[in-house]
Amino acid sequence: MGTKDCGHEISMSTPSAGEAGATGDWRTARPELVAGKCLAVRQDDLACQLCWVYCPDLCLAQGVPPTVDLRYCKGCGICAEVCPVDAIAMKPEDGPEGGKP
Amino acid sequence: MSDAITAVMTGNEAAATAARLARVQVVAAYPITPQSPVVETLCRWVEEGELEAEFVRVESEHSALTVCIAAASIGARTFTATSANGLAYMNEQIWWAAGARLPLVLCCANRAMAAPWNVLNDQQDSMSVRDAGWVQLYCRDNQEILDTTLQAYRLAESLQVPVMVCYDGFLLSHTVAPVAIPSEAAVDEFLPRGKALPVLDLSDPRNVGPVTLADPRPDSRGVLCHGYMEFRALHHRALGAALQAIPEVDRAFAGTFGRSWGGLTFGHLLEDAEVALVAAGSLAAELSVVAEALRGEGIRAGVLGIRAYRPFPREAVRAALAGKRLCQVFDKAVSYGHEGPICSDLRGALAGVAGAPPVFGAIVGLGGRDVTTATLAGAVRRAVADLVAGVRDRPEEWVDLRL
Repeated sequence: MGTKDCGHEISMSTPSAGEAGATGDWRTARPELVAGKCLAVRQDDLACQLCWVYCPDLCLAQGVPPTVDLRYCKGCGICAEVCPVDAIAMKPEDGPEGGKP
Repeated sequence: MSDAITAVMTGNEAAATAARLARVQVVAAYPITPQSPVVETLCRWVEEGELEAEFVRVESEHSALTVCIAAASIGARTFTATSANGLAYMNEQIWWAAGARLPLVLCCANRAMAAPWNVLNDQQDSMSVRDAGWVQLYCRDNQEILDTTLQAYRLAESLQVPVMVCYDGFLLSHTVAPVAIPSEAAVDEFLPRGKALPVLDLSDPRNVGPVTLADPRPDSRGVLCHGYMEFRALHHRALGAALQAIPEVDRAFAGTFGRSWGGLTFGHLLEDAEVALVAAGSLAAELSVVAEALRGEGIRAGVLGIRAYRPFPREAVRAALAGKRLCQVFDKAVSYGHEGPICSDLRGALAGVAGAPPVFGAIVGLGGRDVTTATLAGAVRRAVADLVAGVRDRPEEWVDLRL
């Protein structure tokens, strides 16, 4: 029925970005940087990066400032919770129950 | 000769001997009566160097099966054994092993489920996991335990489904009988190495059994993969294929070792019988004695033994029971609130079949209640009397109940 044989009778996947699908559409709130707060930005250095350390889905990339991959970020809010200077705010997605990126 | 020697041994030793002959590479188990002597024996053989295998000590049955799952995932031939509450403790991994399509073999020395606590025999433990997607084979005697366990590896590895070899606790597990032990060379030929499916490969790493949602979906490389339901349908088909594979493997076994166990079912005095007595395990062997005795008093009885309970041999039982006047099932388990599981499945198989006999159910031997030939014969006489009186359906009888 249109399903190509994926090669085996056992459910398997190859470890790779997005193997569980575009989980970004699960999100009801997105992490957004609050201007002027991020320690890395303030120090103009690869400082802190705690959000990158704690993101359970590897959706944050190290940087000045760190960046979020919204294709896969489920909006769990851990990055906002661990940020020592409240530089990340969780903003509700549009739509009745949030919505897609 | 395909058989090296004959020795007197318990059913548990027969199971352990089969695992040794299959050259299992990983054994993991947790002790529980009446299974414990199986893995105690294997442990000793590993310690003494008679069996080149890893014996993994674990803290629970859940971990025992998890070790087997991990080892089988990289292609190792594994063995475990358990009973009753141990099997129940494995339950989550019982389902995982089946859904991950791993060729595991597990021996279940059948024992009553607690509460109340009881270590004696019935078949409630394995019957309770009939829906998990394992092949389930029930054994009549110690020779069949050894032979079926060997057959189980060939089945599991060819179908990519786990196989549970069930035998009655104490009645077989702790009772000695002569058992012909096949030669290692003959078993090596029957069970060639390297057939186990390695699903993990360091050069091609995979997640096994990852999140698989409802609908088919492209993977990260864009290849459309099955959804959950498609994998379950393939699994169900593999169990269906076992309906051919079980008799084929039994025939191949007979070709090498000269012993056939009937494949899916077996009959004793069944062809010309009017009353078919149905059961699984050692109870079916006992019913053979009952059938012979009943013939002496004018009841033309015969036995239909259920060897494969999953997959359920629907066509085979329809053919075997065609033309019978009565089918009396004896279950050593209950689906509480309904009836005996074999009875239910048999009724389902015969539903809508023109001329099919009425099916009467009986519950016997729970928690080790002694089931004598006299008890069984009495139950059959009462069933036949009801049939003659025009009864075509009745609630199951709890035989020898003393409430």
